[in-house]
Parts: sequence; C-alpha cells; structure tokens
Amino acid sequence: MAAEISPRIKTELDYAGAERLTMNMGPQHPSAHGVFRAILTLEGETVVEVDAVIGYLHRCHEKLAETLAYVQYPSIASKTDYVAAMTSEHAYVMAAERIAKIDVPRRADYLRVLVAELQRVASHCLWLGTWCMDMGGALGGGATIFLYCIRERELVLDLFEKLTGARLLYGFHQVGGVRYDVPAGFAADCRQTIDLIEARLLEYEAMLEDNTFFLMRTRGVGVISRELAQEVGISGPLLRASGVDFDLRRDLPYSVYPDFQFKVPVETDGDCLARYTVRMVEFRESISIVRQILDGLPEGPISSRPGVKAVAQVRVPKGETYTRVEGPRGEVGCYLIADGGPRPYRMKWRGASFSNLAVLPFIIPGHSVADVVAIMGSVDPVFGEVDR
Amino acid sequence: MVTVADVRTRVSSFAGAQVGEGDSPIAITIAPTDWLPLAVALRRELGFGFFSFMSAVDWKEDGLEVVAWVDNTDARLSVLMKTRLGVGVTNCASLVSEYRGANWMERECFDMFGIRFEGHPDLRRILLSDDWVGHPLLKSYDVDTPYPPYR
Amino acid sequence: MEIKPPIPVVPAPVWKDFKDLQEWQQLHQRRPESGDKHSAAFETLTEGLHQFPGGFVLTTVTDNFLNWARKSSCWPVTFGLACCAIEMMATFASRFDVERLGMVPWASPRHADLMIISGTVTIKMAPMLLRIYDQMPDPKWAVSMGSCANSGGPFRHGYHVVKGVDRIIPVDVYVPGCPPPPESLLNGLLLLQDQIAHFRQTGKKAAPTEKHD
Repeated sequence: MAAEISPRIKTELDYAGAERLTMNMGPQHPSAHGVFRAILTLEGETVVEVDAVIGYLHRCHEKLAETLAYVQYPSIASKTDYVAAMTSEHAYVMAAERIAKIDVPRRADYLRVLVAELQRVASHCLWLGTWCMDMGGALGGGATIFLYCIRERELVLDLFEKLTGARLLYGFHQVGGVRYDVPAGFAADCRQTIDLIEARLLEYEAMLEDNTFFLMRTRGVGVISRELAQEVGISGPLLRASGVDFDLRRDLPYSVYPDFQFKVPVETDGDCLARYTVRMVEFRESISIVRQILDGLPEGPISSRPGVKAVAQVRVPKGETYTRVEGPRGEVGCYLIADGGPRPYRMKWRGASFSNLAVLPFIIPGHSVADVVAIMGSVDPVFGEVDR
Repeated sequence: MVTVADVRTRVSSFAGAQVGEGDSPIAITIAPTDWLPLAVALRRELGFGFFSFMSAVDWKEDGLEVVAWVDNTDARLSVLMKTRLGVGVTNCASLVSEYRGANWMERECFDMFGIRFEGHPDLRRILLSDDWVGHPLLKSYDVDTPYPPYR
Repeated sequence: MEIKPPIPVVPAPVWKDFKDLQEWQQLHQRRPESGDKHSAAFETLTEGLHQFPGGFVLTTVTDNFLNWARKSSCWPVTFGLACCAIEMMATFASRFDVERLGMVPWASPRHADLMIISGTVTIKMAPMLLRIYDQMPDPKWAVSMGSCANSGGPFRHGYHVVKGVDRIIPVDVYVPGCPPPPESLLNGLLLLQDQIAHFRQTGKKAAPTEKHD
C-alpha cells in the first residue's frame, strides 16, 4: 500500500481535469488522536490511497521489558494504552501469573474487573468527546459534547484517585494481586458516580441521535466488512460493529468474568454509526457489571504475594504464554517468554490499536477528506499501543 | 463446528509438525517450508479466520523463531503457529496472501529483527525511520544504543 | 551606541552533516546571547529614548503593558504526543479550564505563542517538533510537560527516545510528573506567566533562576 512519495507535489492534469495530489496529514494535526501521519493521495476531494506512517511514539517497550523486572514493569505497561491503563497492566501481570502459576485472591480479581470496567467507561467518555469534537470543530459544536464528556470522565478519574492516588497512569496491578484496597466510602461514591453517568448518557444520545449532521457524517461511512475485519485482526467494538459476535470477556473468559451477566452488543452495518451504537451499549453494560461487583465484593487479601521489597523478588520459571484482555479498544495481549529469572526473555505487546489502524488503507479510499477524520475517530486509536 | 481433534488430525499431515498437548492454545511447531501451507490449511479448511498477531523471538545461538496466533471465533479455538528459521537464516514466507493483517505485523518483524518476508508487497520499516541502521530487538543490539545527533 | 548585526541566514540543515546537535546549534543561533527578539531599528529607538531624562519610564511602562498583554493571551499550539496529552486535554477542558488564563489552544503554530510538549519525544518525531517550533513566530515559549519531555522519563534508556526535549529546543518551564496532574500543569503555566511578565524587549533577559520581586 505504498503511495509514491515524491519530494515535490506532483500534479498531472488529464482531460477530465482530475489531478492526483499527495497531501500530508502530518503527525501534528488538530484531531486529537496523537502522533499519526497519513499520506493521502487525493483526486479532488476523494481519497484514492492512504499510506499510514506510524512510529512517532515508538518508546521501545519490548526492549525495555527485557531489562526491567516483573515488579518494575507493570507501571510502565500502563503507558501503552494510556487511556485505558488498567487493562494494559492487567494483560502483563496476568501473563506472568499464568506462567508462574500464581493464584490471585478472589477479592483482587474482583477489584481488577471493577477497575477495568470503570476504565472502559472513562475511556469511552474520552472517545465520544474527542470524536464529536473532531467532527464538530474545536471551537464550535464539537466542543460542547467534549466538555460534557470530560466532565463525566473527571468523576470516574476522581474514583481512581481515591483508590490508587493517580488519575491516568496507575501502578495498580502487581504480580499476585493488586496494590491498593478500596478506601472507606468508595462503594457509595462509585454507585453515585455511575448512576449519574447513566443518566447523562441519555442526554448525549438525545443530542446526537436526532442530529442530522451527525447521522450524515456517520451513516455508511467507513464500512468494514466481516471478512476484512477478521483477516486484519481488528477487535473490540470495531469487530462487533461488523457483525462478528466475539468478546473476549464472554468467549475466552479470564479473571472472574464468568461470575457476571452482561450483554455483548453486535451490529451488522460496520459503519461509524454502528461503532457508535456498540460503544454506547458497552457503556451501559460496564455500568451494570460495576454494580454487580459492588454488590458482591468478597472479603479477603488483595495479593497472594508479599509486598515488594526487592527488584528481583518475583522470578517466573521457564515458559511462555499469551494472555489477552478485552480493552476498550479491543484485544490487548501480552506474549511473554520467561526464562527463570526476574526479567522476561521476550515480551511482545499485541496492541489493539495497531491492528485496528491496519484496516485504514482498506476502508478510507473512496471517501472524502472530511470522512477521514470521522473514520479515524470511530476507530479510536491510542498511539501508545500502536507504536509501543 | 471445528474441534481440537479436527485440527490435530489435519496438522499431523504436515511432515515434521509437532503439536503441543494443551487445547488453548493448540501450539504447532512447523518447518519454515510449511509456514504458508499451514496458514492456508488453517484459514481455508479449518475456519481460523481471525489473525491476532505475529512476532519473532531471537534465540541467540539457535537463530530466530517466528510465531503467529490465529483464532477461530465461531468455535472459540486458538492456534499458536511457531517456526524456527534456523541459525543465520533471516528469510521467511509471508502470510499476507492469506491474512491481510500480516502486512503490518511482518513489517514490524522486519523492522525489529531483520527478517525478510518473501512475497510481502511492501516490506519497509514501520516503527523506526527509513534510514535507521540495525534491528533493535535482536539480542545483539543494546537497549541504549546512541543515535547521532541525539546521543 | 552599537547596532548589533542581524542573525546570519544559513540554509536549512541536513542532520547527517553535523556530528551532533551542539555543533549544529553553534552554527544556527536560534536565540542570540543578548536575548532580544526584535529588530535593530527598534533597539536604536529605545536607546535614543533612554538619552532623555525619564525616558526609561516610557520603555518600562510599555514593557509592562506588552508583557501583560503577552501573558494574558498566550496561545498554546496543540502539540500532544502521548499520555501527557490526555492530561493536557483535561487541563484545557471543563474542570481545570485554561481559557480563563487566556490560553486558547490553537492548532496552527503560526498563530501560537506557546508550545506545551506533552509526551515522549522520539527520534522520529524530533524533526517534526523542531519544524513546528520554527514555524512559531517570536516571542515564543516552550513548556516541557512530564518526565518524558523533561529528561526522557521512564523510557530514557530506550534507543528511540530523545533524552529530554531541551536537546532540541530551548525550554522555559519544566513540569514534572508522570503524567503531571492538571493542577501541576496549571502551576507550571502560572510560573510561565510570571516569567513572561519579566520578558525584556530591550537589554538582558532575566535568567530563569533569578528572583523576581
């Protein structure tokens, strides 16, 4: 899918007056997704070819993991999918526990699922705000829903701050359990917050779903077919919006997800509106899982291993595994090969957004430049995961 | 619905294939010459249409190993395909004709390990800049190798 | 009184021609030692004004007025790179509003005064960062947000990470944290406003560590 990147803009005019223009949607652009460069080949206003250049945030996670111990790396793991740090840490820590066959106490598992679902709510709030801001313009209508969604997200981040002390990147997960226990009054605060968010979701839907502009910009835009979705390996809401009924929490369950009832939304259209609908239902399902957890949180220890006192404290015997969690963007996975020491031999991050972005060269051609922004927003990439 | 037994019988027809004991995932170690035929069999005959990831491991003296993970979303089965390329070998067959997701994954393996995939339409570096020298995830590459002018 | 020569116009650099960044910077002075960001004619005028008794009052009052205007309307260019960008967005949003300080986030660098480098600068991104910084008109300030931009952060030992954005551009305020919560960033921006208040159009620019009254 390489566009011919010429050093100057080459324009060729033929009889119909159509010329091909190579335009750079550079690493710094107003749609607030991060460092991504799309070299678009345009014919008029229609995109003919997309060359997606990534790597502007390659922070050498996989090489660094070979030099950092199992007790040191989880707080760095949160920086891969930084909008959903809890699920990223969970994948790494679960991989080490699975090879070393370390049991995690039930309370710790419940807390892990609690924060994962709260994180899903916060991440979808940010997604909705930034996507609508991209489509609506930062100074106009888009900022409205951005500010509302950030207001909701701040409430959830307050909960995280009460629990772990940090708002965005937590060092919450540890090999063997979690690091912090819920403080007093947390359950009541949590219930209040999610009740409020559930009520406000109705406001957003009312704002968006009757809006002609929103529907015109999202219906039929960026259609991903079922076969393409599976072959490229996109996951999460993108996959479910294209008709594939696959959710890791239900189909290949991990942690204590079998204890909870939740619905998995599936849409068949595969366009931006379908992805929006899937994520709005996921909001509500996450809120219901949080309520189930708060109703049934068991007592007990929060970690099966003693507190961290030395860097080389956790040694994982030889083995390899691949653990996957359902993050807000899709399947976040950690392929870990351990060799008996305190550091992994090889650790590969399977980032959900890396595979999600790989679908762009297939679905963008044929759309206009304005649709590129809508599609990018609905794919919801986070570049910490893409570039690692 | 495809079962684990179906997968095992089909894979055992490849000469030199070793299948691990576990069911999730079904770990298949295969010779490099059968890499693409195995992918074809998994995708077209056994319904493993979901391509999760592909990566490589540097086993110092033992050479490089390429791994790939595919899923059958209807039967909820997972397969981990592994192949050892052999000492000093850096070529491997490309899976792009079967799984379009292998495009970017193979570019990343090339970028990080130097493995050239035959049949890949556009093999160039993806995460590092095009003029980077060296392949970082090889064990011979130091993690803090300086890059002038940034030291 | 002496008129300082203008900065020499040198063609755009090719990175590979220089052994390292220091050598490049010696040949491309982005900030001359006198700290001035204005034309020689303006300096002639102010030096002339100082000859009159009480002339310095006029320049001081003008300076204070201009500095008040600059600090109260300092537009940051939206340059979010990584996790700190999410906290920067939170600072720009409803709860920790930064528009009340006059900072309207503006995407185009040509209209911006401030660049908040939020996130890790990688070697692939560094030329782009420099290009955006060069497109900003003078006077401009840079705030390095987060430990990755300050010094490379948790990824300092990586092969693809620039160990601090001050290896590429001059930085005025460093905000520590991983990521710094919006309160910290607001603190840093208020410190920057104090710094801008002492920005000198003429004469020597106050050093960042000097105590202001």
